[in-house]
Amino acid sequence: MAPRVGIVLFPGTNCEYDALHAIEQLGGTAELVWHGATSASAFDALILPGGFAHGDYLRPGAIARFSPVMDAVATFASEGGPVVGICNGFQVLTEAGLLPGALQKNRGLRFVCATTTVRVERDDTALTAGVPVGTELAIPINHFEGNYTCDAATLAELRDEGRIVLRYVDNPNGSVDDIAGVCNAGRNVVGLMPHPERASDPLLGSEDGVLLLQALLCTADSSTTVG
Amino acid sequence: MADTRQFSVQVEVLLRDGIADPQGATIERALPALGLGGVTAVRAGKSFRFDLAATDESDALAQASVVADRLLANPVIEESQVTVRPAGSAA
Repeated sequence: MAPRVGIVLFPGTNCEYDALHAIEQLGGTAELVWHGATSASAFDALILPGGFAHGDYLRPGAIARFSPVMDAVATFASEGGPVVGICNGFQVLTEAGLLPGALQKNRGLRFVCATTTVRVERDDTALTAGVPVGTELAIPINHFEGNYTCDAATLAELRDEGRIVLRYVDNPNGSVDDIAGVCNAGRNVVGLMPHPERASDPLLGSEDGVLLLQALLCTADSSTTVG
Repeated sequence: MADTRQFSVQVEVLLRDGIADPQGATIERALPALGLGGVTAVRAGKSFRFDLAATDESDALAQASVVADRLLANPVIEESQVTVRPAGSAA
């Protein structure tokens, strides 16, 4: 059976249909999950898509963290379920403490909307399983607060444990150590600023995001079999 | 239930030392246009005001600190300063 992917929808999320379309195009089943939901156990994977959850008021992700669905996301993640936060979803996951660090305003205070090249650094996470390390992908970014920041101890931990999942080839926003994506210790929760769903069709100018979304669907599939 | 009183709270949130503050730096670079080239160490932050009911000042401070630490500031990049005073008293 096709893996079922829940796409978490907060008030202000705006990339949910892009993610839904990309997942269905790749053979997955996708369903929107309202932020008031209290369970995510029906799904094989969760995506927190981009946008401006709760208007990005206070800080991106700061209010979304208190949405009821975040307890369900945390439970799902603690049971090993694959969770991917894209852009605003990444910000939500850091605010919720499911991923380390924070995303602050871009260097130079510039909103950046451009296609970036990111390098896959790990082939053993929910989003990059089986994607060869060193693969370079053309994937767009679209953010003001994408400048990944963490303290020196956290950065050392991320490096030592191989939890830096993606790096920018040409750092667009000032992120420490060129970080475009990180994962948790269990490697099942991944956050990234680039939008793989916007690079999932030749019409969009790049299909490189397909590799990542396919890896997520494979992870979702195998976690179903195991679980 | 213990009697409570109203307290006025002010929370100031600033980026931690060592975290780049591009907003503050940009404001600082604009100041010479006002003829004020001597202004340095500009930091941009946020200020919040609210009232809360508490049994005494230390209870008010404890409650306000929860609000500051768990919501208003992200401790990864920001620090907060909480000031509490009885409602109606001079700031």
